[in-house]
Amino acid sequence: MTIIKKIPDKLGQHALCAGCGHGIVIRLIQEVLQELGQADNQIAVVGVGCICTATSALKVDRFQAAHGRACATAEGIKRVRPNVVVYTYQGDGDAYTIGIAESLNAAYRNENITMISINNTNFGMTGGQMSWTTLPGQKTETSVNGRDCELTGLPFHFPEMVANSQGFHVAYAARGTVNDVKSINQTKRMIRNAFEAQLNGEGFSVVEVLTACPTNWHMTPQQCQERISTSVESEYPVGEFKKRG
Amino acid sequence: MSKKIIINTAVCKGCGYCVAACPKKALSMSADFNPAGYHFTVVDEKACIGCGTCYTVCPDYVYSVVEE
Ligand SMILES: Cc1ncc(C[n+]2csc(CCOP(=O)(O)OP(=O)(O)O)c2C)c(N)n1
Ligand code: SF4
Repeated sequence: MTIIKKIPDKLGQHALCAGCGHGIVIRLIQEVLQELGQADNQIAVVGVGCICTATSALKVDRFQAAHGRACATAEGIKRVRPNVVVYTYQGDGDAYTIGIAESLNAAYRNENITMISINNTNFGMTGGQMSWTTLPGQKTETSVNGRDCELTGLPFHFPEMVANSQGFHVAYAARGTVNDVKSINQTKRMIRNAFEAQLNGEGFSVVEVLTACPTNWHMTPQQCQERISTSVESEYPVGEFKKRG
Repeated sequence: MSKKIIINTAVCKGCGYCVAACPKKALSMSADFNPAGYHFTVVDEKACIGCGTCYTVCPDYVYSVVEE
């Protein structure tokens, strides 16, 4: 009996909710780094959020950043360890609502790090509060009548922003989903591009991934998939906004 | 040589992504619970072709594929 497909060596088990999309992205990162021969040459800088219930799955060198500060921390690590693959793993609340200054500074300076941000349109860990990425009209713990964009601003598009704004010259910016085999494979190719950009010294790379949060969306995993492929993807298009040069 | 899957039922949380994605409808959810308190998947070995779709969509690292 030969094993032809198994989870990457650096992957352990986690305590995420049933149907949570984080688990798939965590696996894809380790698959890519193993395929690139970097499994033993990585430092993960994790934000504060549901990833904290999954750090047992990351059997790699890892640093728990202060809330929102993962990009700044990763930059520091990369500058003193330029040959190690350094990446952040952050929720949308950590990466944008709370940590936008650090995230934008890293992108603006084209720091040679990779940012993986998980957009589940809310603050998962703390019980489903509104985030910058919450959809218009979406009910959350802090937008009980639905998000009012007049009052709270419009949904936030980080990959588009760093790809298209004057003054930014990032290496790679993309958005994927992990809704089915096709989109999972596409997102894996995006993550591979992001890490290859870093290995080639091209600068800042970001992949945002749209994921399901069944617990806080109060939906079954299957209903979450339906919501992602309809309303979430129509607000947050999947694709590469800055391709590698 | 035929391919088959191995299911680590102990870590399954019963989300059902694989049951819906399996192209051969070879997976179903057990009525029993695993020690963590979740329903887990079972495979119809005659129907399964070992394509690994379940591995790809699984958020909980339940599946591996072997050849024998
Ligand atoms: C300084 C500080 N402020 C607030 C919190 C509470 N808090 C913990 S996780 C979190 C947001 C998590 O949301 P997100 O980053 O989107 O990740 P998710 O849990 O959805 O994966 C917040 C506000 C905290 N831990 N520390
Ligand atoms: S609360 Fe949401 S994001 Fe957090 S582990 Fe559960 S499903 Fe995943």
